[in-house]
Amino acid sequence: MSQLIFAYFAGMIIAASILVVALKNPVYSALSLLVMFFHVAGLFVTLHAEFLAAVQIIVYAGAILVLYLFVVMILNVKQDDRYHNQWRIAGFVCIPLMMEAMVLLSGGAETRTAGSQTVLGPSAQAIAPDNTFAIGQTLFSTYLFPFEVASLVLLVAMIGAIVIAKREIGEPDDPSPMGQTKAVE
Amino acid sequence: MTIPISYYLILSGIVFLTGIVGVLIRRNIIAILLSVELMLNATNINFVAFSDYFRDLGGQVFVFFALTVAAAEVAVGLAIIIALHRSRSTINIEEFNLLKW
Repeated sequence: MSQLIFAYFAGMIIAASILVVALKNPVYSALSLLVMFFHVAGLFVTLHAEFLAAVQIIVYAGAILVLYLFVVMILNVKQDDRYHNQWRIAGFVCIPLMMEAMVLLSGGAETRTAGSQTVLGPSAQAIAPDNTFAIGQTLFSTYLFPFEVASLVLLVAMIGAIVIAKREIGEPDDPSPMGQTKAVE
Repeated sequence: MTIPISYYLILSGIVFLTGIVGVLIRRNIIAILLSVELMLNATNINFVAFSDYFRDLGGQVFVFFALTVAAAEVAVGLAIIIALHRSRSTINIEEFNLLKW
């Protein structure tokens, strides 16, 4: 059974990643990358990394990919009809979510309550079955300094993105299209 | 548990190779950045598989840092793409030869 689940996730990950490279329209590429992210999250659930699966969906699929789609839509790379057949993508997203929910409901319900019990207890040193609790312990004890460095990296990236993408002060607010400026020149 | 670790290595190798091929053959800068995301996800699969294999949470913590780097890369990369598109009004990689000698 677990081999079947792994085969499904691996096959979908490989197919979606090949589609990311093969599809011409960058909107479709980004959407198949979304499918790949969800299946990687499903693989993380089968590898007992439930918290990372949630973070994968929230950060990758929720933040990074939305940023990609924003930029693709802003730049208006292709004028294709790109809004049809979205129900298939929705289905590919929903299937791994449903499987993750089934795994969590079947196995994770009582461990969640047990983990929250051990937080209150004094014997918190034992490795809890709760994945989030264990990751928090590791992240804030052993890897505290890399964690702070990572926050610094994020701050630098944020400032850099703002500085690179902003307009200059004297620049016109709404730049004219390229053909018009060429005509002016 | 019955899945050997080599399967995960083969899977992440295939995904990583797909990302490399995407970086090499695509001409759209956004598609190139998406391929870089593929490569980062392949390493994430590797990290989590080994974390489960060795019963060590360090691998999962490293996925966090890879995720941080991915977010920073996306923010800066997309800002560069927007700045490029504003000055040259294209995102075809063949048009940018300013840094070529």
